[in-house]
Amino acid sequence: MTNLIWLVIALPLAGALFNGIFGRRVGYQVVAKVAPTTVFLAFLVGLGGAFETYARHGEAQLVTLWTWAEIGELNIPISFLVDPLSMTMVLVVTGVGFLIHIYATDYMVHHHHGEVHPDRDFARFFAFLNLFIASMLVLVLGDNYLMMFIGWELVGACSYLLIGFWHDRPDDPQAAIEVEGGESVEVAPLLSPAASGMKAFVVNRIGDVGFALGVFLIWTTFGTLQFDQLFSRIASSAEMYRESALHGDFTVISAIALLLFIGAMGKSAQFLLYVWLPDAMAGPTPVSALIHAATMVTAGVYMIVRSNVIYASAPNVSFFVAVVGAFTSFFAATIALVQVDLKRVLAYSTVSQLGYMFMAVGVGAYTAGIFHLVTHAFFKACLFLAAGSVMHALGDVIDIRRMGGLRKKMPHTAMTFYLGGLALAGFPLTAGFFSKDEILAKAFEYSPLLWGIGIVTAGMTAFYTFRAIFLAFEGEPRDQELYDHAHENRLAVTGPLWILAVLAIFGGLLGLPAPVLHELGIDVPHVMENWLHPIIQEVGHHEEHHPSLTTELILLASSGGLAVISILVAYYFYMINRSIPQTLARSTRPLFALLVNKYYIDELYNTVFVEPALTLSNTMSRGIDQTLIDGIVDGSAYGIAELGKYLSQLQSGFISRYALATFIGVLFLVGYFFLLGQFPNWIN
Amino acid sequence: MELTIFIITAVISVVSALGVIFNKNVVHSAMFLLAHFLTLAVFYFMLNAQFLGMVQILVYAGAIVVLILFVVMLLGEQLGEDIPRWVTPTNGVLVLLALVLLTIVGTAVVEHPTTGAKGDFTPELIQEHGQAEMIGAVLFTDYILSVQLAGILLLVGIVGVIWLARNENLPVIAGDIPTEEV
Amino acid sequence: MIGAVPLSYYLLLSAILFTIGAGGVLIRRNAIIILMCVEMMMNAVNLTFVAFSSYLDSATGQIFVFMIMVVAAVEVAVGLALLVELNRHKEAVNIDEFNSLKG
Repeated sequence: MTNLIWLVIALPLAGALFNGIFGRRVGYQVVAKVAPTTVFLAFLVGLGGAFETYARHGEAQLVTLWTWAEIGELNIPISFLVDPLSMTMVLVVTGVGFLIHIYATDYMVHHHHGEVHPDRDFARFFAFLNLFIASMLVLVLGDNYLMMFIGWELVGACSYLLIGFWHDRPDDPQAAIEVEGGESVEVAPLLSPAASGMKAFVVNRIGDVGFALGVFLIWTTFGTLQFDQLFSRIASSAEMYRESALHGDFTVISAIALLLFIGAMGKSAQFLLYVWLPDAMAGPTPVSALIHAATMVTAGVYMIVRSNVIYASAPNVSFFVAVVGAFTSFFAATIALVQVDLKRVLAYSTVSQLGYMFMAVGVGAYTAGIFHLVTHAFFKACLFLAAGSVMHALGDVIDIRRMGGLRKKMPHTAMTFYLGGLALAGFPLTAGFFSKDEILAKAFEYSPLLWGIGIVTAGMTAFYTFRAIFLAFEGEPRDQELYDHAHENRLAVTGPLWILAVLAIFGGLLGLPAPVLHELGIDVPHVMENWLHPIIQEVGHHEEHHPSLTTELILLASSGGLAVISILVAYYFYMINRSIPQTLARSTRPLFALLVNKYYIDELYNTVFVEPALTLSNTMSRGIDQTLIDGIVDGSAYGIAELGKYLSQLQSGFISRYALATFIGVLFLVGYFFLLGQFPNWIN
Repeated sequence: MELTIFIITAVISVVSALGVIFNKNVVHSAMFLLAHFLTLAVFYFMLNAQFLGMVQILVYAGAIVVLILFVVMLLGEQLGEDIPRWVTPTNGVLVLLALVLLTIVGTAVVEHPTTGAKGDFTPELIQEHGQAEMIGAVLFTDYILSVQLAGILLLVGIVGVIWLARNENLPVIAGDIPTEEV
Repeated sequence: MIGAVPLSYYLLLSAILFTIGAGGVLIRRNAIIILMCVEMMMNAVNLTFVAFSSYLDSATGQIFVFMIMVVAAVEVAVGLALLVELNRHKEAVNIDEFNSLKG
């Protein structure tokens, strides 16, 4: 299977080509079978590869197909790296991807009184979705930074195509939020899908420049882009880099790490470059679930874990990563507290959870980062799909102010949303609890301050998740007409939901806190850590100073307890005493407005970057290009034409005059060569 | 002796060249051209290039001059160029220009005696093998590509001339036969 | 045999003949005469080649002349055919009559 690993990419790619070229002709039913099948087959191949990797005890294996380019010393093979990390990502991408494909086959179809209306561009959607899976697999399987970069750009392009899938839909104006006994708060309209796609693309470009520069710097410094060669070269002097970075030097490794992280900031929506992700929700919900929650946005985390040698050699940049991650998680969570759009709440929580992952990899807990990546893929995909199920039932309404009491109408959707929500909130014994706790424990070892930010964010996360759940699924319906219209979805939607919900609850088994349980006399392995151990290279001498059992238990209890308390607070606010949130909003109105408007970051960017750039572009296009450049071009063409009119009169048509002109020309040439002594050297 | 022959032939050559130009009758011009070509053949003999001398007589004196005369015969009356007199201001200027060219080239020849590396095409070798054989050997080995290209050029020339010479105004011969008597 | 006449004599003679040919092209208007003058110019060049060839003991010059003769033959054939064709249209061989390419 390992040698056939290229099939993992080839299958979805073939699906994309088939759906893209023949999809319209063969009809939507064939497309709905082909697209998920290719991903499922890819999943099976990935499973085989993973088992073989396990049998090799995690030893990495290169599968080289051919040499793509060989220019001087630069040798770019098309080859894939089969190791625990890439296999983990392959399984997540194809596994979750398969479930989302199944879900989308029904989501992209509308049922009306027994009639079936597939989306106008059903085939195009699945062609893009398959293409995305193939691109993401290129990203995670490539064994050098160039392949990674190609995948990196391809997933960006797919993301752009899928966000703007409904490219003809306009901006969506939002009703202002009413505050009892106070002025209502205006909400900015949602960007149209086309504009959102462009925003995502442009913001990602900014990060990608950093990534590309990082790759260039790696090449000029180490002369190779192959992971194995590069990492062994760095590892040999990692200690030295680490020491000098700790003494305040900004080494070349630090520069590489920082540039690569700028790429990750764009792709994984970290602070300063996160602004595209909430707007990416304009895409179809399966896209939000697959690309903007489970897989693509985690590419940055994958990249840092893959480059763990680089980051371990650059503790200064790692610290920066951790700080950015922690700040982003806190920052995004505060915005999520007050959003009224169900998908935006989830989008900001994704930004926040990605912040956790970066905090983890920043403090050196690479395994914990990947563990949270996996569990997050489960529960966030589950939540998004459940939100999509609600949208589908309500005819694309996503404003939680118009929902309420939906649990009675949509029991499966509500149950799975609850389970996913529990995992996201970090409710004890769910997958999210274990992965988040591991991150918090590592952060506590690194710095209690980071842990503090993390734990506060965890509390907010539990609160806003259940705020959304209670508003949407409990209480009285607030829009009776919508409520009457609502209905539970088919098995193609609820099936994947339940599978993901189960994974969201039991995914924690992959990473039980083994040391703590060991102390308590229970011997279980930390599956994830043992599995990923071969790819993490130790740099620097860590004294294994695990915090004491008591500390560990207190940490566990505090994060679990805080989650439970936050859920209860949300229950009290939104189920028992509905006036409290209103009072809060009224009494802290400036803060409330600030949060609703997402700290005015979009407006700030518009004023500082977008408007000047547009002005500059307009000046360039109208003033410089159309007037000056075109003026020169048109003017020279016109001038030549005018000159030609005069010069053409020299063409008298009399052959003898031409002969005379030629003769005089020859005279000058001969005179130049013979009289001025400018002999060609063969004469003397 | 050599020098005397050279000078006499050179004088004939220059005079016949001038005769080609300053002659109102085209047929006479052609005759002067013939004489001119023959003097050149003499020079080739003197320069130990007997083979080329023979080719010169055959191709130029034989073929080309005959071809020209043939065309003159074909075109007949319309050949006349109205030349009232030779000495005109225009002609004076043109001759002056020609003399300038001659001066320049002549100065160059006299001022810069030309030398070069000697080859192996020596008179002794020519005596031994025969000139036609040696030139043929060189032509069909070292210069075979040029020979092929010359052949292609000739072919293209033939096709071109045939295409130019056909007269679409003339009826085809078969259609020329009157058919009314049926 | 060679040596009695210096190389520069041949070169000078060749220059004179070339100049006469060029002057003829400029002075005359009759296309046939111009064709003859062009032939004379080519012959002048040929003379140079042959002279160099025998003074430098090299066959290349003679081969060159050979090729020039081929070109000259083709040129005359095509040139005369053109003349005949032109004559059909214009009833003239005076080159000043052929000025339809006037700009």
